[in-house]
Amino acid sequence: MDTATIASIVGAATPLVYAVVGETISEKAGVVNLSLEGSIMLSAMTGFVAAYYTHSVWVGFLAAIAVGALMAAIIAFASIELSLNQIAVGFVLTLLGIKLSSFLGNSFVGRQGEAVPHMAIPGLERIPFIGPVFFDQNLAVYGSYVVLILAYLFMYRTRRGLELQAVGERPEAAYARGIHVNGMRYLYAIVGGGLAGAAGAAFSLDVILGWREGLTSNFGWIALAIVIFGGWNPLRAAVGAYLFGALRVGASQLQPVFPSLSQVLGLFPFVLMILLLVLVYLPKFRTLGDRHGLVRRFLAGDPPGALGTSFRRE
Amino acid sequence: MKVWRADVARRVSSGAWPVVAAVALVLLLFVAMGQPPFRAAKLMWEGAVGDRYSIGNTLMAWVPLVLAAAGLVVTFAAGLWNIGVEGQVVVGAIAATFVAREMPGPSIALIPACLVAGMAGGVLWAALVGVLKTRGKVNEIFGGLGLDFVASGLAVYLIIGPWKRAGIASTSGTDLFREQAHLPTFANTTLSFVAVGLAIAGVVAVYLLMRGTLFGLRLKAVGRNPRSAFLMGIPTERYVIGAFAICGALAGLAGAIQAIGVWHKLVPSISGGYGFLGILVVLLAGFSAVWIAPIALFFVMISVGATQLTLWLGLHSAIGGVIQGLLVLFVILGGGWQVRRRRARQGTAEGPSVGEGAPGGPAPVEQVEAGV
Repeated sequence: MDTATIASIVGAATPLVYAVVGETISEKAGVVNLSLEGSIMLSAMTGFVAAYYTHSVWVGFLAAIAVGALMAAIIAFASIELSLNQIAVGFVLTLLGIKLSSFLGNSFVGRQGEAVPHMAIPGLERIPFIGPVFFDQNLAVYGSYVVLILAYLFMYRTRRGLELQAVGERPEAAYARGIHVNGMRYLYAIVGGGLAGAAGAAFSLDVILGWREGLTSNFGWIALAIVIFGGWNPLRAAVGAYLFGALRVGASQLQPVFPSLSQVLGLFPFVLMILLLVLVYLPKFRTLGDRHGLVRRFLAGDPPGALGTSFRRE
Repeated sequence: MKVWRADVARRVSSGAWPVVAAVALVLLLFVAMGQPPFRAAKLMWEGAVGDRYSIGNTLMAWVPLVLAAAGLVVTFAAGLWNIGVEGQVVVGAIAATFVAREMPGPSIALIPACLVAGMAGGVLWAALVGVLKTRGKVNEIFGGLGLDFVASGLAVYLIIGPWKRAGIASTSGTDLFREQAHLPTFANTTLSFVAVGLAIAGVVAVYLLMRGTLFGLRLKAVGRNPRSAFLMGIPTERYVIGAFAICGALAGLAGAIQAIGVWHKLVPSISGGYGFLGILVVLLAGFSAVWIAPIALFFVMISVGATQLTLWLGLHSAIGGVIQGLLVLFVILGGGWQVRRRRARQGTAEGPSVGEGAPGGPAPVEQVEAGV
């Protein structure tokens, strides 16, 4: 595998990185945003159209982020204010987002739009191997690194980050400590949804370029599974995202070699998704890192205790 | 009977405002797209029930939707999100296609064999989700979704591979089945009384199962609180897989009917999205078996009617799904809003006693990711 292929994997995984980091943040605070597939699709369409009319990828990204944030805000509102089931609302929004993007984006299918311009980072791109792979990309890709690192540092190295975890883990205890549980949940759900929106824009303005139905080829669902595989740790989730990015690139490179297998290759990510989920809950996998503290922390991963529930102060 | 009437009245009155709001939003959407809203509504109505052909089409769309929804009532009662229902429909259709292609004999033997094969296929695919959940700890949402994609990939593979039409491999479908494998239709419409009869039987069976049997009662116990159900001596694993199997049988039957009653061949989009749509129906019905039949009918009227909008106004075919999605979203949010107001009026003495029977109210799954 040459560096160009690896670089294309990093590029292909970019939307997934945004999506899994966003979903991890949201779920850490206790809010499941099941609408990922629909959110990403609708924001991909919106981002494309906004950039198409304004000739600015920035506006495209902002519009996409707004759409993703709005979808997440609906779920948070339904859960927090109305005590509704997050999965139910998320599922409805998934279907609605997909259909709405097909309906509203119909006249933009196949049009040529804006693309995030290529921009190597001077200096860093010279580093052997690492340079061409990670720093000879574009701003959308660099943004995903920044988001990933910031999310990790925020979650595990700041007081606010600990509060975020407390809100998703033991909301009663967090509330007793004076944390505004539901306010935090709104905030992080919306931030996570905004990142899902950025994932959509990364699809239509960078990785796929353009808008068509089924643009994400169901990778929104895979992102949800990667969050579990990632044990609600953004770094580990990113590993999963790059793994599936590699799969995407691999499948597209193998397709001309084995044309008869194109259907089978397309299915592979979904089979792998199931297998990885089986793997993370195998007792053996969980005890794999017992001897090394660092490995153990990386492999340990239980869902936030209050995931998917509503919090109401007594 | 009185209780039943009060229930209807409550539902109609509580459901009315969100529906009005959703309809208003859809009309606005038409205006924004520069389309005449009332002409669109009229076109939809005529497309759905205008003449006996369209009524036939509507009923034939109702059959798979209501069958999938009936199955989902069972899995929801057990607290399970069977998103794999879509794949179960597809595998049912694949199994029925296999029998229709391979088995000789007259209709009287062939058609039942196709239907039974479809059910078996659905059961197999659903049980797989159940085993993945109980043994592999894979949350049924992801196990089911993964198998959905695998099932539709399998269908496409069969269509362009082993079952391709003589000479050409095209995603337009396999060869038509021979006449003996077609469900008999009424006069020259697409309506099959056998299919409608099976759908009604499926709904009634699920209603009776949930209402009058020990299995149904225990299943609900598993759904409410799997741990205490287990401690009470209910073999939860068997009940979970059983619920999946029942849903898979009904979804597989829906797929078989799609294959031998509607398309008369296997096509990539054989499920018609009725599995996912079934989930919306059940959410709107508040997880109750009584309400799925009328709500499913309403939904297919939208779907079938919306095809007229594509035909006459050139709108994208997704418009039907947009209307259905908005409708469900508004009704669920509206239901939650009413529960909240009722609670506010009663004072906050009680905790979140999530409105019984309110659409979207009872949360069948508390813990989402980890499984039981």
